[in-house]
Amino acid sequence: MARLKVPVATSDHVLGTDSAAVMLVEYGDYQCSHCAAAQLPVKQILLRYGGRIGLVFRHFPLTEVHPMAGLAAETAEFAGGYGRFWNMHDAIFANQSRLSPSLLVTLASALELSPRALHEALASGLHARKVQADFLGGVRSGVNGTPTFFVNGVRHDGGYSVPELASSVGNAMLATAT
Amino acid sequence: MSTILRAGTRAPGFKLHVTPDQVLLLDEIQGKRIVLAFYPADWSPVCGDQMALYNQVLPEFRSRGAGIFGISVDGAWCHQAFAQARHLHFPLLADFEPKGEVARAYGAYRESEGVCERALFVIDEKRAITWSYCSPIAVNPGADGILDALDAMPKTGE
Repeated sequence: MARLKVPVATSDHVLGTDSAAVMLVEYGDYQCSHCAAAQLPVKQILLRYGGRIGLVFRHFPLTEVHPMAGLAAETAEFAGGYGRFWNMHDAIFANQSRLSPSLLVTLASALELSPRALHEALASGLHARKVQADFLGGVRSGVNGTPTFFVNGVRHDGGYSVPELASSVGNAMLATAT
Repeated sequence: MSTILRAGTRAPGFKLHVTPDQVLLLDEIQGKRIVLAFYPADWSPVCGDQMALYNQVLPEFRSRGAGIFGISVDGAWCHQAFAQARHLHFPLLADFEPKGEVARAYGAYRESEGVCERALFVIDEKRAITWSYCSPIAVNPGADGILDALDAMPKTGE
């Protein structure tokens, strides 16, 4: 059974309560179609277990097959520096089919973030190290593709439909209640 | 599932096409750590499949003094097209003729389907297998086991 080797830390982006009974950690790639498809079921899981679950998203860009995935991840991190990680995360997935450097600038502007600051952050690779650290932590934890989910540190080996995710989350809820 | 060669066994030699006009002998790469990744077939439909992952983890293998080779029963031309399409930066070996002969030597051939197992081998400088793992055929084994095995080996040069 694969386990999460890098515990949730302050450097992570958490949606929901960070003291929740269950932490769902997702490793994803902004250019992976399965990750985009997992967006809705993940949101439904957060609603269903509202207040008792937190979501962490970590980057796992396969840049050789997804050339925009690295820049997109760094752009989300850039937005995270201004408290808008999840807005950018959602905007990138919503526009997945037309990702480009200029689209990332447009998305940043729409979130009232400075295009110039984004350009500088991307050009200097300001957030590249964080993205790479996420990726390597995922590799060491047994992430073998995207999306990969960990529920309270244990890899969820099923699909990402609501019933499949709910099964793992429900079991983790029960385990923490006893 | 086949019974694959285990740690401590000498890695069987091979002479396989690595491109349509290049042949690679295991003996030629002695003195270097090698990861052999047997897999069933090129053109896996899964997003972020095994070879794409190893492609991305390549610097980690290299920084540990190891080279990785993918190996399947697909022919050299098929490998070439697959590697180009997926931008693979490591070689794919064609265990094509006699079909699956090397996979058989490593205990990693599936007679029923006529393809390689999804089996991993880490081979040291002296051609001894130091770690091996056979994954269920439908499960991508990831790279964590390989990196753990490389990290458990003495530092290169010692």
